Amino acid sequence: MKPKEQIKTILATDCGSTTTKAILIQKDDKVGRYRLIVRGEAPTTVESPFEDVTIGVLNSVKEVEELVDRKILENDKIIKDRSESEGVDIYISTSSAGGGLQMMVAGVVKNMTAESAARAALGAGSIVMDVIATNDKRLPHQRIERIRNLRPDMILLSGGIDGGTTKHVAELAELIAAADPKPRFGSTFKLPVIFAGNKDARGMVEERLKEKTELFIVDNLRPILERENLKPARDKIHDLFMEHVMAQAPGYRKLMSWTDVSIMPTPGAVGLLIETVAKQENIQVIGVDIGGATTDVFSVFVDKTEKKPVFNRTVSANLGMSYSISNVMAEAGIPNIMRWVPFKMDEKDLRNRIRNKMIRPTTIPQTLEELKVEQAIAREALRLAFIQHKFMAVGLKGVQQERTISDAFDQAATGVSLVDMMNLNMLIGSGGVLSHAPRRAQSALMMIDAFLPEGVTLLAVDSIFMMPHLGVLSTVHPEAATEVFDNDCLIRLGHCIAPVEKKKKKPGDSCLHIKFESGREESVEFGTLKLFEFPEGKKEKAVLYPDRNFDLGAGFGKEIETVLEGGVVGLIVDTRGRRPFEIAKTDEERINKLSAWNKALNIYPDER
Amino acid sequence: MAHAYTPGLMVTERTVLRKERRLPLKGKVALDKIGTEVKALDVVARTELPGNVLPFNLAGKLGTATSDVKNALKVEIGGTITKGQMIAETKGFMGLFKASARSPIDGTLESLSDVTGQAILREPPQPVEKDAYIDGKIVEIFPEEGVVVETVCSFVQGIFGIGGETRGEIFPIVGDPSEELTVNHITPECKGKIVIGGSFCTSEVMKKAAETGVKAIVVGGVDDEDLKKFIGYDIGVAITGHEDVGLTLVVTEGFGKIAMAKKTFRLLCSKKGSMASVNGATQIRAGVMRPEVIIPIKLSDDDKKIEFKESGMMEIGTLVRIIREPNFGMIGEVSELPPEPRQIETEAKVRVVKVKLQDGKQVLLPRANVELIEE
Repeated sequence: MKPKEQIKTILATDCGSTTTKAILIQKDDKVGRYRLIVRGEAPTTVESPFEDVTIGVLNSVKEVEELVDRKILENDKIIKDRSESEGVDIYISTSSAGGGLQMMVAGVVKNMTAESAARAALGAGSIVMDVIATNDKRLPHQRIERIRNLRPDMILLSGGIDGGTTKHVAELAELIAAADPKPRFGSTFKLPVIFAGNKDARGMVEERLKEKTELFIVDNLRPILERENLKPARDKIHDLFMEHVMAQAPGYRKLMSWTDVSIMPTPGAVGLLIETVAKQENIQVIGVDIGGATTDVFSVFVDKTEKKPVFNRTVSANLGMSYSISNVMAEAGIPNIMRWVPFKMDEKDLRNRIRNKMIRPTTIPQTLEELKVEQAIAREALRLAFIQHKFMAVGLKGVQQERTISDAFDQAATGVSLVDMMNLNMLIGSGGVLSHAPRRAQSALMMIDAFLPEGVTLLAVDSIFMMPHLGVLSTVHPEAATEVFDNDCLIRLGHCIAPVEKKKKKPGDSCLHIKFESGREESVEFGTLKLFEFPEGKKEKAVLYPDRNFDLGAGFGKEIETVLEGGVVGLIVDTRGRRPFEIAKTDEERINKLSAWNKALNIYPDER
Repeated sequence: MAHAYTPGLMVTERTVLRKERRLPLKGKVALDKIGTEVKALDVVARTELPGNVLPFNLAGKLGTATSDVKNALKVEIGGTITKGQMIAETKGFMGLFKASARSPIDGTLESLSDVTGQAILREPPQPVEKDAYIDGKIVEIFPEEGVVVETVCSFVQGIFGIGGETRGEIFPIVGDPSEELTVNHITPECKGKIVIGGSFCTSEVMKKAAETGVKAIVVGGVDDEDLKKFIGYDIGVAITGHEDVGLTLVVTEGFGKIAMAKKTFRLLCSKKGSMASVNGATQIRAGVMRPEVIIPIKLSDDDKKIEFKESGMMEIGTLVRIIREPNFGMIGEVSELPPEPRQIETEAKVRVVKVKLQDGKQVLLPRANVELIEE
């Protein structure tokens, strides 16, 4: 790879489960910074009849070539000797094609080491297919059967703090050995197993698994009860993913030989970027990437016990907008999807439309009606993925907390979700349905409806879905990644103000009064959605006065002073309620409500 | 731009098809000569899957310390065991008060842990045979794993299906691709056949077909509700093929009432009475697999020289199927491929294609919403 100073043209691809996306980034010498030039895409070709991921990569790069009028390929190879008119300096890629990395994890206690293991696996960008624990209420033979049937790409075995139990760890190793698991790709390969548990049990684990599996031993991921040490396990998962899993998938070996740095799993790259944003701006963030097969949710929240920011990621396998769209229907149920559809629709018709998207995952909505249906389903996929995330993003369980007298009135149980919507500063959306929504207001409303932000939250969206590319770029050229992220990727949609009510309120009740620094004043009653013009780049101080039954973070009825930021959508005030947020059950009432909200935010062209 | 890449489904009068027939584990390949002619039902490879395992808490059964269990064993590790056989016995006190454990299964004693006191018992191996699936000849052998069978055939790729591999005679039953397959069409004559329907069939039709002994139904569309009624549950992710419903179903166009493409219907009707291999297995994730109808054809050696064409490229004149509303299911010819993105009804700016429908009407739609009908 060229030295960083010489890198001027960067080609990056992301091989998704449905689509392969390519972007071209170039340094603009006049302004002295990196800019996104163009984006191309093509269907991913990991599957039959091509079974070679590089064909989709070449097709997406060909589209870039055509759109930018720059020669990048020669004889189906990327030209690496850049000149003024052809070639690139570096080529990098991320991938989640082929279903991504699918893992099983095992630990002694379900809510302790097993959960830490799940966090390590999720953090490395994998899908956790199942969690085996000695107290998971399954019989040994059921656990063995599960391991044999699921055929994971690798297993992460943890268990026991250092110096703790060895018997239970040995028992888990025996279960894995008895299952004699085989990997998905390559029948002659041994399944990689990572042991990241009690260091005293290493010999026992080695004895039981060395012959039957490809065993790797790393530092304990929970050496003491009060501390997680997930990095060694995460790093090993990533290495093995490259060597064992990706290398077996069709065409990856070739793709790996093309890229200048290791191919990263897509969720790993996006997570890296979200973590960087939170760190750089010192804020609490939620990011979501809704894809075709999975929906990945990332968050950085301050753990009040540890008093430091904690990064969490969940990969909701089977919640996505193409391959997994039918599973969204199965998990959410038709009524939950239908509640977001702003017109009358036959259930049979909805079911068939969802199935047709599943079997032809690369299609896009052509009519407004189709777009509305797809965005209704997206709300449910996002909502369900967020529920899973809140469940997983918790503080360490089973920890004896030391408390001072000042904490006496603020005692939370261990293992409480770290996600605190009232303290959330920024909500970032990415993935096809959010990045490519024809109007940015549509992305804003989908995120508000699914995540229900509370208090004052800035909404943002990945402009054209390039966060994975920038995530991997940040590992080789952080400046270029930051410049493109700030200038071309992150589109600020505007602040959303959402008061939380003490008890159920009636529409029309007094709710919120806003006093802007400029002297302008606005009042919003309960039960509405309002949009105020507030252009991108504008920042203004304001005092928000909630009614005595409403809270904006300082307590019920207590005003807050804040700096409101505008965006391409504007300032959104959502007083539709949070306890819980409800949509009318009758068709007529529901359609009227949805239409009114859509009109308020100017969501669709036919609802002016 | 003169062309664009788009995936499609293959419907062809004649092609050379290769099918990999691999064992899930290493075993024995029954045929060891390249060029050997095989019939669909011929076994090409065999193996034995390791039997199920049963963890057996010997320490608990004997009531001894885990470290003492090894000394109590009456069977060697790796040794054969039969159901009811005593596999461990303690020495007791002065030869009295002995505790013993008997095997709950036939099989082998695979291992014993001196840490947990747990024995792993394994049931006898399960034999697995792989047949050729299609009539053809062996063109490649993977030692200890399987073979590749090649055939010259007519080939129809469906979009979605259920049920696994089956074989039967092609039996067109409706007169027109837009005609619905009804319960009345399913007669005892259909038994053992691959029934070719038209635009649609209900769960009642599928149920009657399964009861009559129909091997497979090939049809344009089905309603999701009917499919749920027939198989008894909602499909979450599209990974099918293991449904035990006594019938294989191949849907050629999609969900809803959609006439089978005329070309597909004509091809299948022209093969009336021919033996076909059909598989409903569909995987629309991680290694796509579409359902298929394979009808091997006998050809002279000269006829067998069929060249492979590069597929997936859309050009002016290419035959395409529209795969999204509002023209879902319609077939047409590509008449224009404008290079620049255009705004569509949703206000999205996308790359588009102009398609001349069979009735002469021209429609402009996203390129992502058409698929090739590959030949």
